[in-house]
Amino acid sequence: MSAPRSLFGSGSALSPNDMMSRSEAQAFVEKVVKLSKAETIGVNVSGGYTGNIRFAANRITTSGGVTNSQLVVQSGYGARHAIVTTGDFSPEGIERAVRQSEAIAKLAPEDPENMPLLPPQQYTDVKAFFDSTANLSAAERAAAAHTAIDAARAAGDLASAGFIIEGTNFNAIGSNTGMFAYFPSTSANYQLTVRTNDGTGSGWAAADHPDWTQVDFKAVSDRAIEKARQSRSPVAVEPGRYTVILEPQAVGDLVQLLAFSLDARSADEGRSAFSKQGGGTKIGDKIVDSRVTLFSDPADPQLLGQPWTFEGLPLGREVWIENGVLKQLQYSRFWAKKKNARPNGGLGAVKMSGGDATTEQMIASTDRGILVTRLWYLRQVDPRTVLYTGLTRDGTFLIENGKITKAVKNLRFNESPLFMLNNLESLGRAVRVAGTEAGGNVVFPTLKVKDFNFTSLSDAV
Amino acid sequence: MTNRREFIRTGAAAGAMVLAGPTLERAGALAERVESSTAPAPMDPATKELIVEALNAAKLGGAAFADARIGRYRNNFVITREQQIVNVVDTDTMGVGVRVLLNGTWGFGASRDLTKAGVVAATKEALSIAKANALPAADRVRLAPATPTPDGRYVTPHTVDPFTVPIEQKADLLIRANAEAMKVPGVKFVNSNMFFVKEEKNYGSTDGTFTTQTVIRSWLPFAATAVKSDFSDFQTRTNVIQPAARGYEYLTAAKPVEHARQWGEEAAAKLGAKPVDVGRYDLVLHPSHLWLTIHESIAHPTELDRALGYEANYAGTSFCAPPREKLGKFRYGPRFMNIQGDRDQEGGCSTIGWDDDGVKPDRFLIIKEGIVNDYQTTREQAPMLDWWYESQKRPIRSHGCSHSDGWNDVQFQRMPNVSLLPGEKDIGWEEIVAATDRGIAIVGDGSFSIDQQRYNAQFGGQLFYEIKGGKIVGQLKDVAYQMRTPDFWNSMDMIGGRKSYEMGASFFDGKGQPGQVNAVSHGCVPSRFRNVNVINTGRKS
Repeated sequence: MSAPRSLFGSGSALSPNDMMSRSEAQAFVEKVVKLSKAETIGVNVSGGYTGNIRFAANRITTSGGVTNSQLVVQSGYGARHAIVTTGDFSPEGIERAVRQSEAIAKLAPEDPENMPLLPPQQYTDVKAFFDSTANLSAAERAAAAHTAIDAARAAGDLASAGFIIEGTNFNAIGSNTGMFAYFPSTSANYQLTVRTNDGTGSGWAAADHPDWTQVDFKAVSDRAIEKARQSRSPVAVEPGRYTVILEPQAVGDLVQLLAFSLDARSADEGRSAFSKQGGGTKIGDKIVDSRVTLFSDPADPQLLGQPWTFEGLPLGREVWIENGVLKQLQYSRFWAKKKNARPNGGLGAVKMSGGDATTEQMIASTDRGILVTRLWYLRQVDPRTVLYTGLTRDGTFLIENGKITKAVKNLRFNESPLFMLNNLESLGRAVRVAGTEAGGNVVFPTLKVKDFNFTSLSDAV
Repeated sequence: MTNRREFIRTGAAAGAMVLAGPTLERAGALAERVESSTAPAPMDPATKELIVEALNAAKLGGAAFADARIGRYRNNFVITREQQIVNVVDTDTMGVGVRVLLNGTWGFGASRDLTKAGVVAATKEALSIAKANALPAADRVRLAPATPTPDGRYVTPHTVDPFTVPIEQKADLLIRANAEAMKVPGVKFVNSNMFFVKEEKNYGSTDGTFTTQTVIRSWLPFAATAVKSDFSDFQTRTNVIQPAARGYEYLTAAKPVEHARQWGEEAAAKLGAKPVDVGRYDLVLHPSHLWLTIHESIAHPTELDRALGYEANYAGTSFCAPPREKLGKFRYGPRFMNIQGDRDQEGGCSTIGWDDDGVKPDRFLIIKEGIVNDYQTTREQAPMLDWWYESQKRPIRSHGCSHSDGWNDVQFQRMPNVSLLPGEKDIGWEEIVAATDRGIAIVGDGSFSIDQQRYNAQFGGQLFYEIKGGKIVGQLKDVAYQMRTPDFWNSMDMIGGRKSYEMGASFFDGKGQPGQVNAVSHGCVPSRFRNVNVINTGRKS
């Protein structure tokens, strides 16, 4: 595409209506609200453009550009409510969605936990929209992909496989209570795997930032190639408890999953790792090492997340774990009201404070241990302890006498982020990571931990 | 893999949705090819006109091949917990996706703007991307021939379209089922949902294929949770009704109200189950469990794109590679092991008339008498195995595994229904348990994780029973088994016959970048595996 897709410009050549400015979104929401015959109406409109390019075996495979928008209407009558979603933005299509949500809401049984729509709110201003990303062309994406493809081809013994996706999007909500929120954003994510042609080595690196110019394609390529070469011909080690240095990606892969276990209601109901035997929750208890602080903050310059929830609740800095103590759990608006607590959104954009140890120092201070690049296929095994299983992938190395000595085969672990954060030895700098299985804006440090539980070996490269 | 992001996206609305478990359909399906029960209507002329408009714009732009898909994709959710409704959600999205092959390079553009100008803009986007990505001559895409279908029509066989069933009726069934489960002492929480999918898909290609298809899928996720009064333990029984490509009648026939009490009792009984002793056991795996093991350790490694490295950056590659070293040579399992790929078993979530390349899928044996015999393919991929098909005197044709999860995503190779065919002896679960001296019987799927080449896997389950001297002697908990794929399948020494064949399924098989989901079913029979490593997952620190 040649036309710029800048926020207030003429929009995409593909479909000019899929990016709305604040005033356009507000006018659109008001138009939908006016159509309502229900007691309450909540409206969410979002849309934009995403461009992607995918390559493997040193060649571009698939690539696309997509514009799309979505309107979500929730109508309510007392405690009855229903949601209808549509992509049809013609006047008839919008009216149909409103009427359908009203019709279904009238038929729906009453929801005893229904919460009234929020009145107007104040939101933090987060600048996550960058023209550098919004104005990208297919040719620029292709050139970025060739950074790795050309390097791997030139090397002769490497196969690159990667994916670049960038987007220009907006999200807006409003209601008949006068609440309105708007968030424009761009995104750029690059993930690269380089494998050695002899099939014994695999390296991975990635970068993520809303500003395309902050994604260093050359650095990602260099790092993945280096990891691929270093990881060749791995040897087997005995599974068991190891001192492990987890790079920020690996830490994020595992610790971000706490988000799925932080629900206050589950803890109050006795079905959570944060329920206390005998009753109550572990809020106020020291649950991990005192150097651990975990918080959400959309305005943090490393995070840049949307500063409100799907209901329009403002999101600010929320500390979940401070100096090892569980400060709060996640309260929905309903549960907060019932428990006389403050609704606080979810883990969302999440950051764990780091320390000042360098990875080199961590390696140098390790007699025998394992360095892990990233984790893969994490699935919960036991919700009572937030125990997860998964495997190491794309760069796992043995440390002996303060030095990386060889590549080792991948290992399966059965480990809980809660156990791991109790076995902390040292923390490195917190950086934005790019490829967790749950996605999102995520910042984690390198960690050195002891007694990490590996349970079996994998022959997978 | 099943996809976490998708799980979150839909799970956020739909509550505690995981995969599935028994009360499976008894599938006489294996023998039956799908014949549509109602005569499907031809493609809507206005839709066809837009498709032709896109194809003409592609040809005008120099494309050697193009296809256009105009689809409407609808979901309906009814979400409950205990004695209350949580939400009712209807989603509806419609648009066009145009794929062009220009100088042997793919480009894809998609838009929800279903006007002539909109489809032409999407086509131009696809052309400009193909131009920007122009491949060197040696890397250009080659398509296997496909017989054109000028007027293909298909509708998922069903009796009741779930989108015609009133919300109150759906909510009532769930609330009554929840009430039954809550009658069980110890059961404190129930989450249940209904989840329906309706896809109206229209396809046209420059090869002259035009198809119009309607796919319907239904699912009732249900989870009962029992909590010890002192908060020292909680256990959930879930994955009780498998998803299927069937109508609303499938969910009512599963009798959730009649079975809910049993599901609640199973949750409560887990609280009192004995923690498993670690060690090696013979495992007797029920189809409600085994389908997922087949999915992860057979169906994924035999996707040709994985085997050739095209998924290296996300889902991974395959231990079952390279094809030249495996086809006709590699022993995956015992001689009685036959694994079929198909998209025509009735109720199968991957079942369809034509794939998203416009190809009529065929049935093919991925593993024949224990040896690797084929891979899952699309039109782009089949020529990559020309040497093998020629040596076998088989045609070079796609198996019809091209799929896109929406109008806005490009199609690529996805999983057909991949099934373990029954053994010759018509035995079932009871006979296999009776023939087992010391083992664990596992019902229902639980946690699952497997490496990026599909070697090392770990599976949990829903219900675990200790077998001693051919009898079930008690219930176990905290069980998971770890395996290395070829060792595991070669340890299989007993399988059930036709009478014990059942299908399990996932709505959310994830693959590709950008991530796409695919619904897929796996038929199988109860089977026994010798000497498998079992761990205890109940840890305190």
